[in-house]
Amino acid sequence: MAQEYKLILKHADEAGYTPDIECYLRHGGYDTLKKAFAFQTKTLAEGKTQTPQEQLRQEVMTSGLRGRGGAGFSCGLKWSFVDRKSGKPIYLICNADESEPGTFKDRQIIHKDPHQLIEGMIISCFANDVKLAYIYIRGEMPEGAKILNAALKEARAKGFLGKNILGSGFDCEIHVHRGAGAYICGEETGLIESLEGKRPYPRIKPPYFPAVLGLWMCPTIVNNVETLCNVKHIVAMGGAEFAKLGTPNNTGTRIVSLSGHVKKPGYYEIEVGKATLRELIEDSKFGGGLRDGRKLKAIIPGGSSSKVLKAGEKFKLKKKDAEGKDILVETDMLDLPYDFDSLAQAGTMSGSSAIIVMDDSVDIVGALANLSEFYAHESCGQCTPCREGSLWMNKTLHRLTHGEGRAQDADYLVKIADNIPGGRTICAFGEACSWPVQSFLAKFKDDFVAKGKADEERRAKETSEPKKLEVAHH
Amino acid sequence: MSTAATTETKTAAPAIEKIKVKIDGREIEVPRLTADWSGKLTPMTMIQACELAKTDVPHYCWHPKLPVVGNCRMCLVEFGTPALGPDRKPVINPDGTFKIAKSPRPAIACATPISPGMEIYTKTPAVKQMREGVLESLLINHPLDCPICDQAGECKLQEYSVDYGQSASRFVEAKVHKPKAVDLGPRIMLDAERCILCTRCIRFTRDIAKDDALGIINRGSYNTIATFPGMPFDNNYTLNTVDVCPVGALTSKDFRFQMRAWFLKETKSVCTSCATGCSVLFGSREEKIYRYTPRDNDAVNASWMCDAGRLNYKWIARADRLKDVLVRGQKSTWTAALNELSDKLKKAPVGSVAIIASARQTNEELWLISKLKAKLGAISDSIARVGDADKLLVSADKNSNTNGARLTGICFTEMGVNLQPITDGIESGKIKTLIVFGENIAKHGVNKEKLRDSETVGEVVTEHSLTPELLAKLETLVVSDIHANETTKLAHFVLPGATHAEKRGSFTNGKGRVQKFMKAVEAPGDARAEWEFLHDLVHNVTGQNGFVTIEGLFNQMAKEVPAFSGLTWQAIGDTGVTVQI
Repeated sequence: MAQEYKLILKHADEAGYTPDIECYLRHGGYDTLKKAFAFQTKTLAEGKTQTPQEQLRQEVMTSGLRGRGGAGFSCGLKWSFVDRKSGKPIYLICNADESEPGTFKDRQIIHKDPHQLIEGMIISCFANDVKLAYIYIRGEMPEGAKILNAALKEARAKGFLGKNILGSGFDCEIHVHRGAGAYICGEETGLIESLEGKRPYPRIKPPYFPAVLGLWMCPTIVNNVETLCNVKHIVAMGGAEFAKLGTPNNTGTRIVSLSGHVKKPGYYEIEVGKATLRELIEDSKFGGGLRDGRKLKAIIPGGSSSKVLKAGEKFKLKKKDAEGKDILVETDMLDLPYDFDSLAQAGTMSGSSAIIVMDDSVDIVGALANLSEFYAHESCGQCTPCREGSLWMNKTLHRLTHGEGRAQDADYLVKIADNIPGGRTICAFGEACSWPVQSFLAKFKDDFVAKGKADEERRAKETSEPKKLEVAHH
Repeated sequence: MSTAATTETKTAAPAIEKIKVKIDGREIEVPRLTADWSGKLTPMTMIQACELAKTDVPHYCWHPKLPVVGNCRMCLVEFGTPALGPDRKPVINPDGTFKIAKSPRPAIACATPISPGMEIYTKTPAVKQMREGVLESLLINHPLDCPICDQAGECKLQEYSVDYGQSASRFVEAKVHKPKAVDLGPRIMLDAERCILCTRCIRFTRDIAKDDALGIINRGSYNTIATFPGMPFDNNYTLNTVDVCPVGALTSKDFRFQMRAWFLKETKSVCTSCATGCSVLFGSREEKIYRYTPRDNDAVNASWMCDAGRLNYKWIARADRLKDVLVRGQKSTWTAALNELSDKLKKAPVGSVAIIASARQTNEELWLISKLKAKLGAISDSIARVGDADKLLVSADKNSNTNGARLTGICFTEMGVNLQPITDGIESGKIKTLIVFGENIAKHGVNKEKLRDSETVGEVVTEHSLTPELLAKLETLVVSDIHANETTKLAHFVLPGATHAEKRGSFTNGKGRVQKFMKAVEAPGDARAEWEFLHDLVHNVTGQNGFVTIEGLFNQMAKEVPAFSGLTWQAIGDTGVTVQI
């Protein structure tokens, strides 16, 4: 039976646990940092040596930690790409621009246990020879910024930041930078541009891979809040031990943001892959089931940009049989283990681990129109397909939800959406805005056709053409 | 003034490794590194390799002289790279070629570096479909007002619509409306609805003109180019943004609604507003010039020119152009006037003639004048013009051919040192004849501020001692000029000349670049290219002949003037040759 497994949120919701440093220290805070500083240069075979930093990075690699921001990229691998020979400073940025609709996990950490993040960051800085790090926090989270600034001040006062931290000879400083209110600032290169004081236009890759040409054109690591907290636990328990949590290739824990039509929406930390979507929705330890008398219609499993799953959908999932051979097992969407790889096999993603549950009360056309409006509003407008396509889709959906639809709009929408993703845009926003449209239309086409037909029939009685509707913009 | 070429310590450029890539199945060997927009050696990109292979890759935002941003997505191509085996070495096919692993995702050709063995596919159905998708996206909110758009005929949206456009739009929504006829600055108008947000203008003014004046406001499809509130877009290079704008979003206030671009005849020429000598194109129709646009010349102006130089063309068609040959105030003919003048000069005692030529005349004309000077034992000089320089293109020397005047021996390195001896000669009565070309010497020390307001470039003409009273003492004053002025009023012979737009010739710029220019329009009335009547005059006075074409004249000059040794009219090409000055 699936259980919550509290690693990151071990203390956060305990009665009497406060975000100040004294409370954190009472709970073993900054001990892991001391442990990291205590690593000694190791002599390997053939007379090679491994510095403490290399050992720490090796631990992260061994842990199998995958990024918790959305893409699920190996953290150890990301760190290994950093250009360490350029002679330029290396920067670390904590991406706290949590703004994927449905996602509310990082703010729990920031609000309730900021020092855990700071400790994770200092360790990550030490492991990567970073002397200056930034926390880029979403503009709409002013309280979080206040809490982080207060926590940084405390850490400085205690000597965990600044010059010669704990006598280790290591200097490190962390600054908080508040975003100005744009979803695209969460895209790592857009974030870097924003941090540099510019319009957050994501950079082209190549050549601007952050690991080589990041902040101020220096090598830069951008990690999610939860990812950086995990680094602390990896160093504390050892990479191999961490890798035992979760399932192979999907190690550790994840904080799941569960929202929508469940009785108990909220955030739940689980071992990755150790709970299915069904358990997360229905189990009383998690969502507690749908509202009474309602049936499941759809699930958006990994933040609003992930492809929707339709109730009753079946997928062939790769599994090992008793002899260790690969076999394909037919799996209902609700029985998908909640991890990176299973959801990828189902053609979607666990993304920012935000599950949005929709029951049969939902107007699916309206739901997509809602998402589409968000993406049209948040497209930075830098590159053509996303800039024009996101608003085009929004206008069409706006028409469909305002009685001006056409039966052909279902196909029309798919054609618009197909022109955006697949590497045609500078950043993944192209995918983020088109995947919902593609997947909703693939799975709920009838709803869209029916809506368009109904509008056409009504208009035929009124003998009027569809109106061109202006979409209000902000 | 400049370093002789022989003393320059040029380190030989390191040999650049060549690599082989395949473009649409055709193998081509290209340098691994090449100059980027700023001239820095960087890995060659797909679009540069395709250019070398003469394979067209459509693009909007990419410009060879601007930083790469990759935002238009029109240059998306498919590609593959050699597949690597478990040993991380390329897998070789039985026929010895690389096994290619095709990338599942396309890449923008403008920013993706090439690598050995790479295969680039620019003509696949997927690439065509992507280009169609981008073009459709660019057009859905575009006003499609081509009939009244100044860019029509030279618009990249029109151009690519031929290749990738649809005959009918499937867009049934309301278009986004944006500001139109936005006054961005004194010379630039913006139509934000036509803008495709390629940011070429922003990059030009930020990275080339070093004036970070333009930016984008709003978000997504509502994005709009704008200046900072209350700060007009006004530097001396703003009009280049009109050139780099691939669509009709930025238009020149001077040119908009004046002439359809397709009616314009383009003539290769050189700007004469300063010693930089930017390569330009004249756009003219039926003997009228409508605009200058810069012409690519990496040795001189890259792809740019200053606004002052660009707009400095209206004097060519001014109403007060000299159109008649005048002898002592009476209308005459070229034959009569030149015969009379030739007779006078032939009889003139050695040393009794002085010549003030213009450092805005062509090399050929100055060289012909030097022949007269030699024959007559004349003292000669020219008038220096000095103004402000900037760090990009504008020279302090406002004469277009100062070096031509020096190299042909019309003046010394320090221009103007002979003006006092000429004054003294006239005053003492020794100099009885003065021949003046293109210089209004009766007007002293031009007021810089006043000129700023007029249509010419700010400049200061060295104050000199040749006063109208002094000129009145001359037995014969011969003046050839473009416009009537104080000096032509005093002249016994007025010979109407032609502007550089009305003749062919060459200039030697401030750095020794010899550039030729072509004739765009006819000179008005009896006005005639100076080199033509100078040829007649030289023939009459010296008996020398043989220079009846500009080619022949140039080639003969190259034989006789050491600095031009080895040059031919043919060989200097469209972008010129740099000589030692």
